[in-house]
Amino acid sequence: MYWIALKMLVGDRAKFLGIVTGLTFAALLIIQQGSIFCGLMLRTAAQITDITGADLWVMDPNVAFIDDVKPMLESNLYRVRGVEGVEWAVPLYKGMARAKLTTYRFRSGPRSNVFTSVLDWFSGQAEPARPPAGSTPSVERVDIIEQVILLGLDDSSMVGAPPPARILVGSLADLRKPDSIIVDRVGLRKLYPGQGWESASIEKLKAEFFRETRELEMNDRRAIIVGICEATRTFQSNPVVYTTYSRAKQYVPRERKILSFVLAKAEADQSAIEVAERIQGATGLGAKTSEQFMWMTIKYFLLYTGIPINFLTTVLLGFIVGTAIAGQTFYNFTIENIKQFGALKAMGATNLSIISMVLLQAAVVGVLGYGIGTGLGALFGWSSRNGELAFFTPWLLPVTGVAIILICVLASLISIQRVVRLEPAIVFRG
Amino acid sequence: MPEIPEAPPRHSAFAPRSDGSKVAVRIRGLCKYFGVGDQRVVALKEVDLDIFTAEMTLIVGPSGCGKTTLLSVVAGILNPDAGVVEIFGSEVSSMRDRQKTRFRARNIGFVFQQYNLLPALTAAENAAIPLVIAGWRKNPAVGRAKEILASLGMGKKVDSLPSQLSGGQQQRVAIARALSHDPKLLVCDEPTAALDHETGLTVMELLRDVAVKPDRAVAVVTHDNRVFHFGDRIAHMDDGKVIEIEDKQHDSGQDEYGAR
Repeated sequence: MYWIALKMLVGDRAKFLGIVTGLTFAALLIIQQGSIFCGLMLRTAAQITDITGADLWVMDPNVAFIDDVKPMLESNLYRVRGVEGVEWAVPLYKGMARAKLTTYRFRSGPRSNVFTSVLDWFSGQAEPARPPAGSTPSVERVDIIEQVILLGLDDSSMVGAPPPARILVGSLADLRKPDSIIVDRVGLRKLYPGQGWESASIEKLKAEFFRETRELEMNDRRAIIVGICEATRTFQSNPVVYTTYSRAKQYVPRERKILSFVLAKAEADQSAIEVAERIQGATGLGAKTSEQFMWMTIKYFLLYTGIPINFLTTVLLGFIVGTAIAGQTFYNFTIENIKQFGALKAMGATNLSIISMVLLQAAVVGVLGYGIGTGLGALFGWSSRNGELAFFTPWLLPVTGVAIILICVLASLISIQRVVRLEPAIVFRG
Repeated sequence: MPEIPEAPPRHSAFAPRSDGSKVAVRIRGLCKYFGVGDQRVVALKEVDLDIFTAEMTLIVGPSGCGKTTLLSVVAGILNPDAGVVEIFGSEVSSMRDRQKTRFRARNIGFVFQQYNLLPALTAAENAAIPLVIAGWRKNPAVGRAKEILASLGMGKKVDSLPSQLSGGQQQRVAIARALSHDPKLLVCDEPTAALDHETGLTVMELLRDVAVKPDRAVAVVTHDNRVFHFGDRIAHMDDGKVIEIEDKQHDSGQDEYGAR
């Protein structure tokens, strides 16, 4: 009977494609929006997950998330070091600094994409005419002032630095040179706009980017870029600048309290959670394991921003629209074949075999919709891997699968109850 | 006083007649109602009828007289409200739904007015459906269906879709489908209603030549009086009752149910 079910399904190509399209749309919307949501949420905690080596974060007890820096007195570092079970503890500066630099770029129109072009069109602002092909482009001087995320690492241990594999050009040791900083590759897009360094190959960066001394100015002090690293993008997408703790203090206005976090490591035989509780008890500071702090940060964004509601709404819409399209088309498909199902029942096909046929049909369109939808979603993620978009998929695959199964079950249930209730005598009605 | 001869024994159900034909379907006191209360419609009133093997029995009458309802009850796809239907000794009217479904799959072939062919399946695949329901695998079932289609003059159309066939050809496929699993009872509901006169006659000839067999009964519901001459027995219905039975071959000595 199963081959009959499959032939019935694909026999009406328009309906078959309609059902598959509905499910594909639902799967794509769920996986695409879900992946962007997860990607964004992970970005909020990127600076926690990027820091390896330390397993404890100590902070002001009122800190709610990673960017909610409430500076502490530096003496707290020594208090943490004095807690039993702490193997070592180092300072970490984290804050926003204002970077200034002068650069040159070929004169061209402002960067645009499809959304800004539409906006320009509505606002009546046409994009400036580009220089005609073949003409020598003129060079313009550009003064950049950009907010950067400044990370000051412990001067001696450099705990909190990106691992060597993620330092693309230069090395961590270069941070010991005077005024040195390491910048994340994506941040070059904002510091050197329109020059394409963020997507340049490592060889090109080594050969051409460092052909000249790359200087920034922060808090009226000189900073020299000595390396480029890969950092997970942050939620705000500001450039990330690594330097030493002592130098970081010079790149921001002087304050009495300047210590952002203390990074600590629990002794080998100690549980990080227990040591964190001990630090809290002994110092009155907030202490979290890296994982606790990551979830605390994500939870903050989930609770205090409208992001989850927006994404959840879109995902729900995808689910509802997908269910409606697939359910309606599938039901129509069943209704149009109701006489055929009636004939099969009259000829002796049992309800069980008819239900199996409907379920097989639902399963086939479900698998196809899921496969094409997730495939398109993955393609979308892959094509935007070097772009602005945050995209994290893995556990959304089973979630989308469950959603599609749910849609198919809902769609087929309506059809099944119609077919089961069907009186085979219908076939004798002309 | 001369002895009064003993009355000849009445017909024993399923005993063969003189020509070897047997009662295939025995209907007694069959009633069927639709709706309840004031809305109740009596579709069948105390219907008694026998349908014999090796014959084509026509059930005829005006629209709404209950002939299709009778056929549905006989075929076991409608439950009667009263009365008994026995097919080859099995009391179908008292069977549970699952038993009826199995019984239909094994013993009954259907020819519908609107053919009810699956549009996505070829002629051979459509004709193979009863075999597939009976548990045959696809290839042998389709192979067998092709043989039957060839015997009905449809050998060149076995791979055609229903949409590529004329009405007469589609009805031939429907007949092949009804016969593919060699049923004991063939029920046909207005098989010529959707066909022109000539094609209708051809289809009836085909039914008479191919379907009627010594061990098979054929019941045809029709209101097309141009095909009445194909019937070996004709049960006239009106207002939910069988009002007259014409038996062309056994028109003497029959009892009130048409049995001899």
